[in-house]
Amino acid sequence: MSDKNKQQPRARYKKQPQALGDNGAGVNECISSFPDDDGHFGIYGGRFVSEILMQALSELKSEYERLCHDETFQAELKSDLANYVGRSSPLYYAQRLTTLSGGAKIYLKREDLNHTGAHKINNCIGQALLAKYMGKPRVIAETGAGQHGVAAATVAARFGLKCQVYMGSEDIERQSLNVYRMKLLGAQVVPVTSGSRTLKDALSEAMRDWVTNVDDTHYIIGSVAGPHPYPMLVRDFQSVIGRETKKQFAEMHGGLPDALVACVGGGSNAMGMFYPFLEDRSVRLVGVEAAGLGLETGEHAAPLNAGNVGVLHGNRTYLMQDVNGQILDTYSISAGLDYPGVGPEHAWLKDIKRAEYVAVTDEQALDAFRSLNLLEGILPALESAHAIAYGIELARSMDKEQAIVINLSGRGDKDIHTMAKIDGITIT
Amino acid sequence: MELRSPEGQALSRLTIKVKANLAANRKTLVTYVVAGDPIKDLTVRLMHTMVEVGVDVIELGVPFSDPEAEGPVIQLAHERALKHDTSLKDVISMVEQFRRKDDDTPVILMGYLNPIELMGYEDFSIVASQAGVDGTIIVNLPPEESGVLSGYLDKHDIESVYLLAPTTTDKRAAFVTSQSRGFVYYVSLKGTTGASNLDVDDVHEKLSRFRQISPLPIMVGFGIKDAATAAKVSDISDGVVVGSAIVKLIADHEGDLDTALAEVATLLSGMRKSIDEPSVVF
Repeated sequence: MSDKNKQQPRARYKKQPQALGDNGAGVNECISSFPDDDGHFGIYGGRFVSEILMQALSELKSEYERLCHDETFQAELKSDLANYVGRSSPLYYAQRLTTLSGGAKIYLKREDLNHTGAHKINNCIGQALLAKYMGKPRVIAETGAGQHGVAAATVAARFGLKCQVYMGSEDIERQSLNVYRMKLLGAQVVPVTSGSRTLKDALSEAMRDWVTNVDDTHYIIGSVAGPHPYPMLVRDFQSVIGRETKKQFAEMHGGLPDALVACVGGGSNAMGMFYPFLEDRSVRLVGVEAAGLGLETGEHAAPLNAGNVGVLHGNRTYLMQDVNGQILDTYSISAGLDYPGVGPEHAWLKDIKRAEYVAVTDEQALDAFRSLNLLEGILPALESAHAIAYGIELARSMDKEQAIVINLSGRGDKDIHTMAKIDGITIT
Repeated sequence: MELRSPEGQALSRLTIKVKANLAANRKTLVTYVVAGDPIKDLTVRLMHTMVEVGVDVIELGVPFSDPEAEGPVIQLAHERALKHDTSLKDVISMVEQFRRKDDDTPVILMGYLNPIELMGYEDFSIVASQAGVDGTIIVNLPPEESGVLSGYLDKHDIESVYLLAPTTTDKRAAFVTSQSRGFVYYVSLKGTTGASNLDVDDVHEKLSRFRQISPLPIMVGFGIKDAATAAKVSDISDGVVVGSAIVKLIADHEGDLDTALAEVATLLSGMRKSIDEPSVVF
């Protein structure tokens, strides 16, 4: 891609929003009732896929809606979340981190303590159960850093499903530990060598697999992205995070937190945290994107901060794209945030101003990564370190009587090699 | 003389050609190539060559960075075209250039929604229409999502062609075919473009169902690699779409484009001949 095309296009969207329909949810409208029946959040979301998948998506949606009210399914899900994933995850008051910031009290929602070490398993358990109830013996998944791949391989083992994970060949090199983990779990890891050989290409390749094997295969999308009903169902499975947080916070602190902070790549941990609070308008919702080397450099993964609207991977959302509508390669030190799109519900929450989206650079995230180790004895994932970095700043700007919750979406064992490399240490 | 539909709309080259073929009992040969593959200068020459050997309709692929529905052969063609930034605007100017010598052969732009979304629906419809584009096939735009765009396309006499797939239910097929213009494109297998497992019996069964439902002619694509398959499939449909087989020849002769054109001409004349032969008992 030439430098000329790396520039962000000028704002081109002035005509469409009106033409595409009103993007509103008025002040009094129930914003947690979205998406509409066809998967739209305002102008975002929807179902932009080839005809081959339309039937499968309709079936998935109706099966999902049926199982939402199926007591056996819900009981099985609840039991697995408790006994297999280890929920509920603790809400932890980070006293020394609070002292460092000198402002609002900082609580951490400890999704890093889940089985497999991140929030990803909440969604995977739900979708594997869906596959089981739909009678699909095979699941596929895409993965960037490998966290979702590991979670998908884990639940596939748990439910006796055949599992294939698509992963960019670049990422396979960067994340050999997780690749081996998936193999131990009995999954087949398929290298993707098309395009930029990263997460977005793995997603495209998984969709190609799905169109070919749609009869016996369920596609476990790892984030609140993709065509309807995925952004909705992944959000629903992840919203256990926010529901628990609300209850735990009321018990520990009383009332509602003043703000919630979560990192946003595709945005599933953030959506899971935000969703149960959407109607609590006093609670600020802050999503933190990856600013990489800095928004001004173009080397980042922050479509909500520096992208514009387009259609990719089955939905309309904010994207990183060039002036011709080609999707750009992204950059972040954290592989899990390294994606050119973002879940459509986030795009909409940004537009209606219910949530705000900021961006944090590699360097700021690395500082937060170190601080959390030193002050709290917690090794966060580099993705989550982005949320920590902004959370500290936000708390600092607030009063001591206030309180915020940062979603600690995953643990950082997988990032030790990256960190050691930065520190000039070779781990064999 | 300009032909008009009963509603008074100008009939496009696409509808005219497809109807004329039906009336003459001639199977329609549709080809797909990626614009700008491997260089921008080849595309218009290639289009004329294809018409000379009997191609009826050309689908011109608009390069996209993330062509989700394509198999490896066409994915690589998109990558080659993007190496030198072949844009939607470039593709439209290729059509304009093609029209200087050919005012009859219908040209359909085939691709993904994002480049059109970024150009703006109305702007796209205007410039594409002025350049002589007759139709669109937007792979990731099912009719449910296309209301706004097809409004603009209709206004500028560009026909939206939609797809049917083996997974499409009868009820849905009735809806999709009611939205489509010119013809309906039947994706003959579950999979990506260029897949090799085309089962003609299966195509036959699904097509007979869809032919009962569709008011429009049905062209069949995905997996048609050679003259023999083309003949079999055209026996049970109104025409065939050939894509990967052509694109592969271009890739194989990337360094010698004259040979590439000659090979494509040989392949397509063979296909033309085989689908024109009186049909054997299926």
